[in-house]
Amino acid sequence: MDDPKETRKAFSRRALLKGGAIVAVTSLSGVSEAIAPKSAPDPPFVSRATISLVVNGVSHRVEVEPRSTLLDVLRERLYLTGTKKGCNRGECGACTIHLDGRRVNGCLVLAITADGKKIETIEGLANGDQLHPMQQAFIDHDAFQCGYCTPGQIMSAVACVAEGHTGSNAEIREWMSGNICRCSAYPQIVAAVSAVAKRNA
Amino acid sequence: MKNFSYAMPTSIHQTIEFAATSDAMILAGGTELLNWTRIGIVEPSKLVDITRVAGLEGIERLPNGMVRIGALTKLNDVALHPLIRKSYPVLSTSILKAASAQIRNLATIGGNPLQRVRCPYFRADEPTPCNKRIPRSGCAALHGLNEKHAIFGWTEDCVAVQPSDPAAALAALDAVLVTQSKQGERRIPATTFHTLPSEDPTAHSVLQHGELISSIELGDAVPKSAYLKIRERESYEYATVSAAVALEMDGSVIRRARIALGSVAMRPWRLVETERRLAGLRSDSPEIIPAVKAGFDDARPLSMNRYKIRLAQNTTVRAIEMAVQA
Repeated sequence: MDDPKETRKAFSRRALLKGGAIVAVTSLSGVSEAIAPKSAPDPPFVSRATISLVVNGVSHRVEVEPRSTLLDVLRERLYLTGTKKGCNRGECGACTIHLDGRRVNGCLVLAITADGKKIETIEGLANGDQLHPMQQAFIDHDAFQCGYCTPGQIMSAVACVAEGHTGSNAEIREWMSGNICRCSAYPQIVAAVSAVAKRNA
Repeated sequence: MKNFSYAMPTSIHQTIEFAATSDAMILAGGTELLNWTRIGIVEPSKLVDITRVAGLEGIERLPNGMVRIGALTKLNDVALHPLIRKSYPVLSTSILKAASAQIRNLATIGGNPLQRVRCPYFRADEPTPCNKRIPRSGCAALHGLNEKHAIFGWTEDCVAVQPSDPAAALAALDAVLVTQSKQGERRIPATTFHTLPSEDPTAHSVLQHGELISSIELGDAVPKSAYLKIRERESYEYATVSAAVALEMDGSVIRRARIALGSVAMRPWRLVETERRLAGLRSDSPEIIPAVKAGFDDARPLSMNRYKIRLAQNTTVRAIEMAVQA
């Protein structure tokens, strides 16, 4: 949080995380008008909608265009920038989040489709200052260099252990293959996932 | 991504009403459609999101012994279902070899066969000649980068291949895709669901505008079945070639063989002549390799993919061995 880019958004993020059960996030009205279509679509089709998302246990209401992805809404509207945008085409896994308890690529889900659903992101894993065991294992096993893919790797790894796809290193590699690491920390990532799985066994 | 308007029907009836309106497209898992809209392959003005339509998800055994898979069932849920693992291992394996764990949690069994070709000219960000992108613009792959392209059923108008792994398994199983539209119900064999360029080089499948795939039906169990996928990377990569094999055995004798190759043509390619010759052979017969080769008499390589013929033959032989041992 010492990063100046982080502190810029720190106020709103803290407000979101600590603001209790319901935090309203309203769009800037000028933006809404600028991008609203000239003519409203025929019902039942809509060109924007107010949706609710339960992110890391906190409810949010946000107005979106249908084309807004869940990834973009998390990052740019709820300021949860821990979820990374890599390829934006479902090829790299940097945007991996849990949607109703299952790991998915946030760039391949429209936010409007996720209306009412429960979402968990990297920001929701730690319990205060206590890191999630998978976060700690990534540190202990030196499972990253640049760190850009790490939030997606960890969200995928937590799901991989919960699914039970950790019977061997080969099985871990297969079920973690949707997360690309350009620094190629794969041996250390497999070691971290394996260590957490063995501890849980 | 251009904006679109959006509707979320809750019934099949509503879906086919909404989807029939002009310029509407159906959205299920979204793992392909959202990328098409980003690249500009399609620019729908309306999306009909069917993810909350009742009655489209789940796997059930019908009274006649067939198995019905709801079109909205997620790929991982199909592949890991005990009934599919036990009775149709070729389908389970084909799914688990496809995409990634995350994508298989979104993508649906009904949407998967609708994925479009991976040809780099079709997927290009800038316009290049491609009859599937711009009808009558030509085919840049015919004399261009075609090392991953077709060895069966291509024409000078299109040399791309259908990349779906599950589609090859469904073709080997003689599965049926059941669709709903304003014109009623249609039952489309998986073997003829995709469109060959000789039929229409601009088309991908026979699915019509406003037509919804509602379920996929499988026939009798085929426990002796297997899927072998060959690719340049061990995981999370499209096939160079793949082979789906479904055998019915009398002891060690092959009574009936069904073989569909993936990523060799614009549709899963059934090796009809090979299937005919395999019937009655022992599973260790030296006649198996000549029988496989006979299925390739009508294979035609492009400038860069002659290797795929030999690779596909070897893949088929190994997949037959795997099915015998399944």
